[in-house]
Amino acid sequence: MAENSKKSEAVDATPNVSEVEVSDASTTAEVEAVLDAPVERGEPILQVRNLVKHFPLTQGILFKKQVGAVKAVDGVSFDLYQGETLGIVGESGCGKSTVAKLLMTLETATSGEVFYKGQDITKLSGRALKAVRRNIQMVFQDPYTSLNPRMTVGDIIGEPFEIHPEVAPKGDRRKRVQELLDVVGLNPEYINRYPHQFSGGQRQRIGIARGLALNPEIIICDEPVSALDVSVQAQVVNLMEKLQDEFNLSYVFIAHDLSIVRHISDRVGVMYLGKMAEIGTDSEIYDHPTHPYTQALLSAVPVPDPDAREGRERIILTGDVPSPANPPSGCRFRTRCWKAEDKCAQEVPLLAVPEVFAGKKTPAAHESACHFAEEKQVVGAA
Amino acid sequence: MPEKTSPEAGRSTVAAAVVGAAELTEATIKTQGQNKPRSLGQDAWRELRGSWLFWASGVLLVIFIVMAAFPTLFTDVDPRQADLRGHYLAPPNWSHFFQGDWFGYNGQGQSVYARTVHGARASIIVGVCVTIAVTVFGGLVGMLAGYFGGWVDGLLSRITDIFFGIPLLLGGLTLLQAFTHRTVWTVTLGLATFGWMQIARVMRGAVITQKQADFVTAARALGAGTGRILFRHILPNVLGPVIVVATIALGGYISTEATLSYLGIGLQDPVVSWGVDISAAQSQLRDAPHVLLVPATFLSLTVLAFILLGDAVRDALDPKLR
Ligand SMILES: Nc1ncnc2c1ncn2[C@@H]1O[C@H](COP(=O)(O)OP(=O)(O)OP(=O)(O)O)[C@@H](O)[C@H]1O
Ligand code: SF4
Ligand SMILES: [Mg+2]
Repeated sequence: MAENSKKSEAVDATPNVSEVEVSDASTTAEVEAVLDAPVERGEPILQVRNLVKHFPLTQGILFKKQVGAVKAVDGVSFDLYQGETLGIVGESGCGKSTVAKLLMTLETATSGEVFYKGQDITKLSGRALKAVRRNIQMVFQDPYTSLNPRMTVGDIIGEPFEIHPEVAPKGDRRKRVQELLDVVGLNPEYINRYPHQFSGGQRQRIGIARGLALNPEIIICDEPVSALDVSVQAQVVNLMEKLQDEFNLSYVFIAHDLSIVRHISDRVGVMYLGKMAEIGTDSEIYDHPTHPYTQALLSAVPVPDPDAREGRERIILTGDVPSPANPPSGCRFRTRCWKAEDKCAQEVPLLAVPEVFAGKKTPAAHESACHFAEEKQVVGAA
Repeated sequence: MPEKTSPEAGRSTVAAAVVGAAELTEATIKTQGQNKPRSLGQDAWRELRGSWLFWASGVLLVIFIVMAAFPTLFTDVDPRQADLRGHYLAPPNWSHFFQGDWFGYNGQGQSVYARTVHGARASIIVGVCVTIAVTVFGGLVGMLAGYFGGWVDGLLSRITDIFFGIPLLLGGLTLLQAFTHRTVWTVTLGLATFGWMQIARVMRGAVITQKQADFVTAARALGAGTGRILFRHILPNVLGPVIVVATIALGGYISTEATLSYLGIGLQDPVVSWGVDISAAQSQLRDAPHVLLVPATFLSLTVLAFILLGDAVRDALDPKLR
C-alpha cells in the first residue's frame, strides 16, 4: 500500500494535491465496505490523478484504422474535499463534460486514476461499480433531454430504487419519490405527470431529485443551469446550495458562467484544451489570477458597477481555440497568449505553485500552469 | 481544505439575483399547471381525434378488417359457387346493394361481390402478418446494430445492404417459385424474407439517436443494465417512427401480394384473393371491365387507407408539427 501511494505521488508532479491513501481492498465485499465508509468533512473524497481521455479518430467503415486522437482530457489532476464545491470552468470543447463522464465512469479513461475514498474506480465493474453509482450521481445540462419523455415523474425518480432495490423497500418507494419531489420544491402530487408538462426549471428539479434518490455523497453537475433562464438559474443554484447543506453533499460544479461558479464554489479549476490551467480557492482565482487564460476569461465578465468598469483592462483573446486533435506543443495556450515566448513552445508548464510565489504567503501562491505566472488585476469588484 | 470565503458585495448580475430568489419559487411552482397526467401517447391520440385523414382511413380499415374477419356479415353467397351458364360475365346491378349480383359475375359465373368480400381476408392476413414479421425481425436487427455498434453493426448493416439490393418483388418471386403449393403463409414468408430491411434501417437510426440521449446516459449513471436501457428507455422512444413506417409498408405488402398473385406466383386458385381475381380478369378486360375493376378498387382503397393512417399517425406523433 505504501508503495502504491508513493507511486501515484511520483507520477503526479503537482505538489499541492494531497497524497492518495490507496485502499488495499481486493475482494468485492471489501471494496464495497471501503466505498460505503463515511468520510470526515474536509477530507479528500475524490482524488483525480493524471486523468487522460483520448477519443480515437478512425478511418474506414468495416476495417477501422486509427488516424489520430482527440485529446479531450489530457492529464488532469485535482482533489474534491468532502462537503465542498469544486467549480470547473472553461470554454466550450475544453473537455469539461468528458471529465464529468470520466468521474462517473461513463467513459473509460485512456489512462490515469480516479480515487474515490482511496479506491480507483476507473477499474471497477459489477457490484463494486454499482456501489460507486450509489454514491456518485450526476445532474445533466439539458433538462429537456435528460428526462425520458415516455416515463412519468414518479417512474423517473423511482428508477434508482428499481436499479438499487436495497436502498428502499418496494412499499416505501412511492412515498420516497413524493418526499424527494417535496425536497426539490415540487408538488408531490405531480408524481403521475410527464416531463413535457413541466417548465425547464421544474424539469431540472426533477433531474436533481433523481440524482438525490440514492442518497449519494458526490454530485457531478455538468452545467446544470446553463440551459435555464437567468431568473430560474438563481432558483436552481439556491436549491442546490440548500441541498448541499441538508444532505452533506460534495459537488463538482461544471459551468462556463464564471459568476455562477464563483457564487457556488469553494474552489475553482480553470480548464483549457484538456488541461487544468489554474486551480485555487475562489478568491485566489477570481481576485488573484496568475494564469493569462484565467485573466482573459475574467476580463470578459460583465461588471455591473460602472466605477469598477472604469479602470479595468479588457483582454481580448485573438484566434480560435486550437483543435484538441492537434494541440500546440508546450503550453496549450501559447497560440493565443500575449506573453508567449520560445520557452512556452518547448516546455509544458506544469500545474504547480509558480516559483516566484513559492513559499510566500500571498493569495497568488496557488497552482497555475504558466511559465510566466504573475498577478494581474483584471476584475474590479466581481 | 480551504474555507468558503464570505460573499463580497458587487458580484455580477446573476449571482446577485441568486440571493433571495428562492422564496419566490416554491409557491409559484406549486400552483402552476393542471394536474392531469398526459403521456405523449395521449397527446397523440388527442391530435389524431381531430384529423379527418385518420377518421377516413380508420373507417375504411375497420370495414375491410370486419370484412376479412366476418365475410358472411356482408354476403351469404359462396364465392366459389360457379354458374357458368346462368351468369357468364353478367354485368353489375348497381342498385342491388349487398346482393350476389351487385357487382355482376366473372368469367366462371361467380359473384364478383362475394369474391371481393371473401378476398379481403387473404390480402389483409398477408399484409398484417408480413408487417408483424418484418417489424419484429427488422426491429431486432436494427436495435442490435444501433445499440451495440462496432462489428455487430458492421456485420448486420452489411447483411441489410445485401438484402436491400434485392427488390421485394424479385426476391419474393424467386423464393416462392420453390413452392409448388402456395398458401397465405408461404407468401407471408416470401415477402417477410425480403421486406425487413427498411424497418431495420429506421430502427438502427432511431436507436443510435436515442442511445446518445441524456436520459439514457442518466440511466447508465444510475447503473441500469443493457436490458433496462434497451426496453425501458430506448424502445418506447423509437416505437413511433417504426410504427409509422410499418403501417405505410403494410399497404405495400398487400399490393405486392396482389402483384405476385397476378403474376401467378403468389396465392393460388382455391384461395380467394384480390390478386388472384385481378389476374383471372385480365383476359376479359374489354368485355367485362367490372370483373377487374371491383377487386382492384378494393385493393387500392385498402392500400391507400393504410398509407393515410400511417401519415396521420406520423403527424400526430411528431410534436414539431403541432
Ligand atoms: N464521444 C466522443 N468522440 C469523439 N470526440 C469527442 C467525444 N466526446 C467529446 N469529444 C470531443 O472532446 C472535446 C471535449 O468535449 P467536451 O464535451 O468534454 O467539452 P465541454 O468542455 O463539455 O464543452 P461544452 O462547454 O460545449 O459542453 C471536444 O473537442 C469534443 O469534440
Ligand atoms: S506558459 Fe507561456 S504561453 Fe502558456 S500561459 Fe504562460 S506565458 Fe502564456
Ligand atoms: Mg459539456
